[in-house]
Amino acid sequence: MTRRFRTVGLGIAALICTAVLLFPLYYALLTSLKSGSELFRVSYWPGEIDLSSYARVWSEQNFARNILNSVVVAFWVVLLSMTLAITASFALGRVRFAGRKTLLYAILAISMFPQVAVLSGLFELIRFFGLYNNLASLVLSYMIFTLPFTVWILTTFMRDLPLELEEAAIMDGLSSYVIVRHIFLPLMAPAMAATGLLAFIAAWNEFLFALTFTLSNEQRTVPVAIALITGASEYELPWGSIMAASVIVTVPLIALVLVFQRRMVAGLTAGAVKG
Amino acid sequence: MARVQLQSLSKQFGTTDVIRGVDLDIADGEFVVFVGPSGCGKSTLLRLIAGLEEASAGSIFIGGEDVTHRPPSKRGVAMVFQSYALYPHMDAYKNIAFGLKMAEASAESVDQRVRRVADMLQISNLLDRRPRELSGGQRQRVAIARAIVREPHVFLFDEPLSNLDAALRTQTRLEIARLHDDLGSTMIYVTHDQQEAMTLADRIVLLNKGRIQQVGKPAELYRRPATRFVAEFIGSPPMNFLSVQIEGGAATLATGERIPLQTQISGAVDLGVRPEALALAEHEAPASLRARVVHTEDLGDACFVHASIADRSRLVARLAGDAAVPSKGQSIYLRLPSEGLHFFGRDGHRVG
Repeated sequence: MTRRFRTVGLGIAALICTAVLLFPLYYALLTSLKSGSELFRVSYWPGEIDLSSYARVWSEQNFARNILNSVVVAFWVVLLSMTLAITASFALGRVRFAGRKTLLYAILAISMFPQVAVLSGLFELIRFFGLYNNLASLVLSYMIFTLPFTVWILTTFMRDLPLELEEAAIMDGLSSYVIVRHIFLPLMAPAMAATGLLAFIAAWNEFLFALTFTLSNEQRTVPVAIALITGASEYELPWGSIMAASVIVTVPLIALVLVFQRRMVAGLTAGAVKG
Repeated sequence: MARVQLQSLSKQFGTTDVIRGVDLDIADGEFVVFVGPSGCGKSTLLRLIAGLEEASAGSIFIGGEDVTHRPPSKRGVAMVFQSYALYPHMDAYKNIAFGLKMAEASAESVDQRVRRVADMLQISNLLDRRPRELSGGQRQRVAIARAIVREPHVFLFDEPLSNLDAALRTQTRLEIARLHDDLGSTMIYVTHDQQEAMTLADRIVLLNKGRIQQVGKPAELYRRPATRFVAEFIGSPPMNFLSVQIEGGAATLATGERIPLQTQISGAVDLGVRPEALALAEHEAPASLRARVVHTEDLGDACFVHASIADRSRLVARLAGDAAVPSKGQSIYLRLPSEGLHFFGRDGHRVG
């Protein structure tokens, strides 16, 4: 009896949480399907379905180009962050050297600066490298906030991998590179899927750097492009188009999470050690 | 060809001495077991030989070559770990083959070697399974196969049986002994289990606090322990000790009891006697001690009688399983044998 009560209670609580989390997204979806003056009437149920906002997003600007930019930036951010983080985490998690802890905390400290604080300095840096209005500037600057948490999470995972596994590999005559590439990397796949996904989402949604370091619409990423969507006059905010664009760019993220969901949960190390 | 020699080998972790000047000569094809209480340095000594730890001082020779500063893979050794340490994401075949493949042996010879070793360990039908799909015993075999396939001169085992249940342990112990007979390689085996040490070893190296206490055949360590520590460590239940003063062919206990002995030794010593050497007597006899039964343990094939004597120290006697067992609280006499007594000086070393 009490057990059933608890199940029902938990179910209701879960439902409330889900509703609160999903409501903004639902409302965005709802708004994107409206048009004209319908947009400004508050309603919670879909009425007439009108896809004209979606059509406008694609026709009025080069939105495909913006999406491609975001994909390219996010892809390189994830690739570079993962490569750097996995090698760094091997050193930080497995090799003993003086100042290891200091280094770890220094990496963490970097992520504590608010974006605005580093903005002007970073701008100078990017000008110096000649990367202004270039997607590479975004890849470079995004790693400022992706690297600290990828390094930290992967270091924790790396440290938890059994020492005997590494020693067995050393006895087998494997080099450090082979150990990282062929032994540790596959074992860390779940952790890498999780951190990689977080890095991807962070890069995909970043706004401030993207706004500051790009100039032309050809170099803009999705969040900036959406923010700069304009209506027929400067007094009109085209909510329909903005919401439609937002829904479009959310879909790839949801798809990614669904794809990697299983990998993230899979406990590959189960049965690695002991009986 | 794979003689292992350790010369005044030492290892410090920070300021802690873990291994203190160990000299040891292991002959080719010998099965040597390092045994001792936890923290005695037996695992560290094995890891020094493996090359997983760098020696602080001294040198290591394998097959006559100085390998002290060589990396593990260049020493001609292979190791089986306590936790097996199989690569979890590879099936058994890949686990065995991976090291060879990376050493760029030809695919054909790798396959041949893996299959031969798998045959030898009877795991041919398990080669496509991942470690988590294998039982403890099967994982152990894969781990051994991975070591064998490298065709090392020296095998190192670090407590390989401690994760197995009792029945499997006895069986695997026999298999390791058989493996040694088949391969004829030098094997060094670390355990804290004296029974494993006694049954497997050609020679036992008993360590304590980073020093070798005694090296010898199992029977030697049992029958003629060099120190009181060895006497206590080998044998279960452990040897009984009486603190006595010997003068003129008789030992006097602290409580004043006198036991006539046939010995030339004199002075203050610890008298050691194995539980099976003590005999039970119901009446007072020469060389016997009055004792009160505290507890009895009947194991079927033997019975352990725990008794306390006048100075409150405990003695254990091992009786045959079919002997009459005294009841708790009963007064008995424990008779010391005329032979098989051990004497240790106050410094712990054997005298006489």
